Order: sequence, then structure tokens, then C-alpha cells
Amino acid sequence: MTGFPWLTALIFLPLIGAAAVFFVKDASARLIALIVTVADVLISLPLWWLFDPSSSHMQFVESALWISSPPIHYRLGLDGISLPLVLMTTILMPLCVLISWHSIESRVQSFMAVLLIMEGAMIGVFLALDFVLFYVFWEAMLIPMYLLIGVWGGPNRLYAAIKFFLYTLAGSVLLLVAILVLYFQGGHTFDILQLSQGTYSKSLQFWIFLAFFAAFAVKVPMFPFHTWLPDAHVEAPTAGSVILASVLLKMGTYGFLRFSLPMLPDASQAFTPLMVVLSIVAIIYGAYMALAQDDLKKLIAYSSVSHMGFVTLGLFMFNIQGIEGAVMQMVNHGITTGGLFLCVGVIYERTHSRQIADNIGLTKPMPRYATFLVIFALSSLGLPGTNSFVGEFMVLAGTFLWSKVATAFASLGIILAAAYLLWMVQRVAFGVPAPHMLPKLRDVNLREMVTLVPLVVLIFLIGLFPNPILTRMHPSVEKVIARVFPAAPEQAAAVNPELHTPRRLVDAGGDAGFTSAETEGRRP
Amino acid sequence: MTFSVGDLFLILPELLVITAACIVLVLDPVLRQSDKDGLVWLSLGTLAICMGLTASQMSTPTEAFSGLVVIDTYGAFWKLLLYFVTGLTILLSHSYLKEERLYFGEYYGFVLLALSGMMVMVSAADLLTIYLGTELMSLSLYVMAGLKRSEPRSLEASAKYFVLGAFSSGILLYGISLLYGATGSTRLPAIATAIAGQSLDDPLLLFATILLAVGFGFKLAVVPFHMWTPDVYQGAPTSVTAFMAVASKAASFGAFLRVFIEGLGGLKANWSAIFLLLCLATLVLGNVVALVQTNIKRMLAYSSIAHAGYALIGVVAAGRLENSSGIASVLLYLALYTFMTFGAFAIVAMLRKDGVEGDEIEDFTGLSKRHPVAALLMLIFMVSLAGIPPTAGFIGKFYVFMSAVEAGMTWLAVIALIFAAVSAYFYLRLVMVMYMREPSDAADSAPQFVMSPTLSIVLACAVAGVVIFGIYPNPLVQLAMQAVLTLR
Repeated sequence: MTGFPWLTALIFLPLIGAAAVFFVKDASARLIALIVTVADVLISLPLWWLFDPSSSHMQFVESALWISSPPIHYRLGLDGISLPLVLMTTILMPLCVLISWHSIESRVQSFMAVLLIMEGAMIGVFLALDFVLFYVFWEAMLIPMYLLIGVWGGPNRLYAAIKFFLYTLAGSVLLLVAILVLYFQGGHTFDILQLSQGTYSKSLQFWIFLAFFAAFAVKVPMFPFHTWLPDAHVEAPTAGSVILASVLLKMGTYGFLRFSLPMLPDASQAFTPLMVVLSIVAIIYGAYMALAQDDLKKLIAYSSVSHMGFVTLGLFMFNIQGIEGAVMQMVNHGITTGGLFLCVGVIYERTHSRQIADNIGLTKPMPRYATFLVIFALSSLGLPGTNSFVGEFMVLAGTFLWSKVATAFASLGIILAAAYLLWMVQRVAFGVPAPHMLPKLRDVNLREMVTLVPLVVLIFLIGLFPNPILTRMHPSVEKVIARVFPAAPEQAAAVNPELHTPRRLVDAGGDAGFTSAETEGRRP
Repeated sequence: MTFSVGDLFLILPELLVITAACIVLVLDPVLRQSDKDGLVWLSLGTLAICMGLTASQMSTPTEAFSGLVVIDTYGAFWKLLLYFVTGLTILLSHSYLKEERLYFGEYYGFVLLALSGMMVMVSAADLLTIYLGTELMSLSLYVMAGLKRSEPRSLEASAKYFVLGAFSSGILLYGISLLYGATGSTRLPAIATAIAGQSLDDPLLLFATILLAVGFGFKLAVVPFHMWTPDVYQGAPTSVTAFMAVASKAASFGAFLRVFIEGLGGLKANWSAIFLLLCLATLVLGNVVALVQTNIKRMLAYSSIAHAGYALIGVVAAGRLENSSGIASVLLYLALYTFMTFGAFAIVAMLRKDGVEGDEIEDFTGLSKRHPVAALLMLIFMVSLAGIPPTAGFIGKFYVFMSAVEAGMTWLAVIALIFAAVSAYFYLRLVMVMYMREPSDAADSAPQFVMSPTLSIVLACAVAGVVIFGIYPNPLVQLAMQAVLTLR
């Protein structure tokens, strides 16, 4: 592919920016970071229209030999799954810079440098088409995130930072071994696309799935591995929480979708019951924990556990609705939870407390703020017309094809989400504020409006018109499903009718289900 | 035995280094204090010339002195590495000795003598020549370890190092004599021919192999022969510690691999099992004990023990592989290990507190506020030691683990990686202390980082190696692969 290497620019522009901020004063560091992140948005946005939605191939591919023996390539590409995630990342980063404008006072240069390094590494994870390159970006994020939590975090930051670091590192070391084993078993290549076409023995798939699971499940985080998340979220600065919730968690589910499903189709099917159970436990458990929190950030952190449960649930349904819903939900969760964390950051700047009890009755003194909070909360609980409704509906529709019982349990999560979010909104927005707090409660200023408005726009844009995203990811998702069920549906159904029921339903009603999700979304 | 003048040309680098060492030793007493910097430049100049000479010797193996010495790419790889480390050591010592008020011109002489010993070690093809090189290196290091004569800890280090080193040399020599008894030769190619097709059923051969493994085990500081390392590394002057941790380890690995591949290659399967045990013990003990250290030099000592364990993975894999990727991964690992370990020790050396070294981990508290550049460099070295991309440490680990997986020892890679995750904890503890703790109020008692032009060269070289080879390791990988091809 000839032409300007846009994807490389997307990754390296922030890294160059990170180097540049070290040479300037604090005020200019903020400005440079903002300019660089906005420039990254401007680079990434045209890709949305240049992307060919009818193709399931990687697009904008760039490839160069990086290390000659073993052959490791610097290879980047975009498909319908990574495109929305990359755009989400680039759009969120300027907002992270803006929200940290005044809340970060110490070591501003380092802070901005760390944010920019994070951006480069995160985009790299979504773009990498070589397994080693992927791993390099995947691990390269750890140290910046560790510093972000540990240097600029809250009172208990040291504990939270090292816990985050060791959890994720311990998970990803097994990933490295799995990558190496796949290299020797999969024809001596690290090429993700080539590895996705190989066939591996069942026992090998079993072990590699477990290794992948260790890395991705910690990152998502799935139920028993989630304990680092509330700590990290509570202690991280606002920008750190946003990055963590909106982008880092997606890497786990992206890993499942990009690697586990296409490379290990047999093992993925064998592990489906386990994954479904863990997802449903996460959905319900996360929601219950969120109900009990009196710290706003912890509440949102546990709601993330619950929402990410929907994503993993959808992924392991192996049907169009489930997986597309999961990808939608990944993007939606990034936008909505990012917005919620930004809201918490705004109020924390004023009252220096994240306790719900300290921040009650904000509608009167801060009407604009309350509006934003309510919008984000309603989006998070999946109100029709907002983005999350589309994703959650599709995941549940996909689950329904697989098991009605599972759908019933998963739906509990939506009910509970309504409970904890509306209860939170009730207290924070509609109480009587403490008189001594009133002078601190200034309404959102222009900078904060600029931070929050893009997300509100996205919430309604995706909620009302999900089709542009869905059409772009459709061929890529179908390709993944074709890997899991390689045989033609009729033949496969004859061999194992039970297993393939969902697949047949998809084929028969794929488009119908598709439009129904869309029309449901338009019926607020 | 025949002798030809041509042989002398082949060992010209060695001769040059020894000559320079003698000149330094002779000139030191007659030079005025102010002129002694000239000795530093003389030593560095010699190294630069040797580097050029050795680089031109990267070719097919040539035997010299009837096969006592062999000049090949393999030896050249190690020699280039050793010149580089020695150059850094001299530059670091230039600032460090001034701070410590240790004015010994013969110091540089000993550094060069140790270097010549190491050069002999990596290019010798005869067990006795290797032994000679080992002794030349060790004797110089014993002296250098005790250079801080006013400090009991330094003397203790020197004495301990000497006693244990002499002991291990004895064991090595015993192994050599048994091997001579079993095979009738001390030449590696002759030994290889003699043991072809044999296994360790022969008790003589078994004992010889074990004793050689133990003897080299001491030099490489692998568990359970590591006992001297923390005390010696802590007590010795830090510039010497850096030299020992990097150069002496590299040279020992160079000789060790040549002996076990070229000489005892026929017993691959057998010694691979021995080193597997040593490797596991080293990984576990090195990484776990490093967790509880409060002194940075001791922590780095245990870290260097652990890194020898990672390198041993490549050796174990080499014993089970037909191709040479296992050995190449060891070469690569040691080369990359050089940059990060030397860099870390250089920072430790120049952190001064009340005129002495601030070598407690506590002394690094809040370093990022007082000396952001030093803290950032230390952060990079620690991240690299922990093996996190995109740094050199990751590349080293990647190749070592790759050879383990290739040899069908995935479980070993898993164990090693789990301990790599453990090691991240103590490396990051230093990062935490530097970046996340506030420095104490008493600013005057806080340790200061003393920067000097020579030190900045050292740090620049080290950090450039860590970052550049972390991002683009290809040239070094190619060099290591070529080097092992000349190993027969």
C-alpha cells in the first residue's frame, strides 16, 4: 500500500509530542499536548470515511520488516473492529488533556508526556497486526499507567498503582509464552492474520486459550480478576480513570475478539459456558457492588465491571448480534463511562470529595452540570435513544438465541443498573446541598463544556444512528464468526444441529434482527 | 609446538592491552597528580585501537599458538562487548574515584589487566589457557574490590572474594585435570573428539563435568554458588562492582559456553539437565531474595544473579536444540544486560550523601524532584531490567524464552516469566521511591547526584543502548547469530 503512512503518524505523533513537552514550560506543555491530541483526532477522522465498509480485509495496511530473525514485522492495519476503537481513543484523549488543565498542578510536563505516550501505545495495540508488535504496545502501556496512578493519584495511590501493575503484568507474561508457542506451532510467523487462519490441535488450543484468558480477563476485568479495578479507579487522577475505563478495559475484550476467537475457535466454543457464567456473575455482582458504594468513582468502577460483563457475554455468543453488540458496547462504555468519570472529576475539582454524601443537590447551584450527569447516567443504564441501549439490546438479542435463561439473568444487570444509577442521580442531583458547600459549587465553565459536549453528541449520534458503525464492522465480524463455524451452515447443522441453531437463526434473520435493533434504537 | 610471528599479530589486541597496562603501572608513580588524567586517555585510546583491530578479525576461525588460542567471530563478539564495558568503567571511575578521593593510578592498570585476562578467556581453545585468563582476571578484581582501604566493608569484600574465588579456581582446575585424565588432552577440539559418542556413565567424565560446572558456576554467580556476590558487590567500590557485574560475567559466560559447546558438546543432553537445576534455583532465589533488600547494591547484586539465571535458560535450551539459536540468545542477553546493569550502577555510584555513597534504597527518595534526569534514566534502567518493552531487557528475555519454547520447554519459560513478574516488584519499588515519595524536608542532608562530563558520556551510552536496542535490536541480533556460527 502506497501513500502517506497515516496509521504510523497516528501512533508516533503523540510520542513525538511526548518528547517535545519535556523541553517547554508547564503552560506550553498543556497547549502542546492539546494540539497533538487534536491533531491525532484530525488524522483519524478521515479514516472513518476512507474506510471501505464492504471489505472484511485489513485496510490502510503498512508493513516493514522490523527484526529479520525470527521474522517480526512492523505491520499495522485497520478493520471494522479496530476502527471505532481507534476513533474512540483519539477523541477521548483531548478531553483527558482538557480535564487535567487545572486539576494537575505538579509536574505538568511529565503528566502530559505520560498521557501522550499512553495514547501512542493504546492506538498501537488496536492497530498492530504482528503479535510481537502487539505485545510491545500492550506492555508499553503499563509503566505510563503505573506512573499516572502512582504519581498523580489519591492518598492510597502507591498501593493501587503497584496492584494494577502486578495484576496486569502477571496476566500478560503468559500471553508472551502463548505467542511464542503459537509461533512454533503456527508455521513460524507472528503475523496475526496468518495465525488466525491456522488450525491447531484441541489440546494446544486449550492451553493457549488459558494463557490468553489470563492476559485479557485481567484487563477486562472479568469477575474473579476485577479487584484491581476499583482501587486503580479511585486513586487515579480523572484523566487516568477515563483512560483506564474507556480504553484500557477495551483492550482485554479486543484481545478476546482479535485473538482468542479466530485463532482458537474450538477452545473458544469449549470455554463458552465458563465465559458466559463469569460474564453473568460480573454483570450481577458488579451491579450489586455498585449499589453499595458511597464513593462516586467506586460506583462507576463497579458499574464498569458490570457493563464489561455484557461485552464478554456478547463476544462468546458467536453470532452477529452478540459480537456486534459487544463491539458497540465497547465503544459505548468508553464514551459513557468516560463521561461519568469526567463528571466526577469536575465535581471533585470543586468540593475535593468524591463521596456522594458531600455532593448532593447539585441541580440548583450547577444546572448545566446536573444535565450532563443525568444524560451520562441515563446512557449508562441503557435508555432507548442513547448509545448503550443499542449495544445492550444487541448483546441480549444475541444471548437470547443461545440461551433464554442466560438472557434473563443478564437482563437483571440492566434493572440493577437503573437502580444504582438513578439512586445516585437522585442523591447527587436532587437533594438539598449543605450550605457550606454552596460557595464551592460553581457551574461548569467553558473548558469543561468543551470536554463534555462531544461525548453527549456521540451518545445521541450512536444511539439514534448506529448503522454507520454497524455496517463498517459487519464484514469483519462475519469473518470472525466464519472462523468459529467454518463449515457451511446446512452441512454443519446436519453434523451438530444443536450447536448451530444460533448460526442458522442469524442467517435467516440476520438482517431483520439487525434492522430491528436499529428501529428499537430510534424509538425513544 | 611451533611458534610463528604471525601468531603474535593475531593476538595483537591482547598484547596492546597488556602493554598499555604496564605503561600505566610504570608511569603512575612518576606522574604528577594533575597529569594523571593522561592515563585515562591512554587507556581509552588503547581500547579504541583494539576495537578496530578486533572488528577486523571477525572472520573464519584462525588458530594461533598450535590451537591454544582461536581467533573467531565468537571471541570477537565478546571482546567488543568487553572493550565497551571497560571503556565505560574507566570513564565512570574517572568521576567516581575523584568523589571517593581514591587516587590510585594503578587502578586503571588493573582494569586493563583484568580486561586482558577476559580477552584470553573468550578466545582460548585450551582449558589451561582459559584457566590462566580466569586467574588474571580474578586476581586483578580481588585487588580492585579492596581498593577502599579505609573501609572495612571493602576489605571484607576483597578477602571474601579472594577466598571463595581461589576455592572455585581450585575446583575448576580439578575439573580440568580430571577431564585431562579422561580424554588425554586439554584442547577443546581434542576433548570433543575423545568424548564423541560417550555418555556420563564414565565416572571420571561425570565428575569432571560437574566440577567444571561448579567452577564456572562460581564465576557466573549462579545459585548455589552465589554466596559471595551480594557481599562483594556491596563492599567493592561501585565502579568496580559495575565492572564485575557486567564484564566479568560476560567473559565467564564466553569461556563457559565455549568449553561446554566446543569441548563437551557431545554431552549436551547431560549437562543441560545439570544447568536446568542451577537455572531454576538461580531464578527463584535471585528474584525472591532481591525483594527484601534495602541496599541498592545488594538488590542489584541479586538482580544480576537472577539475570544469570535468565541467560542460563538459553544454555539449557542450547543443550536440547540442534541449531544455535539457544547460544545466540545467551550472547544477546548478556550484551543487552550490559547496558542496563552498567547504567544502574553508574547512577548508584554518583549518588552522594554527605561525601559517601548513598547506596540505600531510601536515599533515592524523591530523586525525581531533585534530579529529574537521573531519576528518568534510573527509571529506564529499572524498566529494562524488569524486561518490559520497548527496552533492551525485553528483547533479551524474548529471545531467551523463544529458545526455551523452541526446545520444547514451555514450562520453563512460564516459570521464568512468572519470576520476571516478581522481579518487576522490586525494580518498580525503586521507581516508586524516586517518583512517588516526597523528599524529606532537610534538603541539605538529602543525597545529591553529582554529574560530570565523563559520567554523562557513560549514562548516554547506557541509555542509548537500552532504548535503541529495545526498539531496533536487529543489528545486535544479527551479530550474535553470526558469532555463534563460528562456534564449532
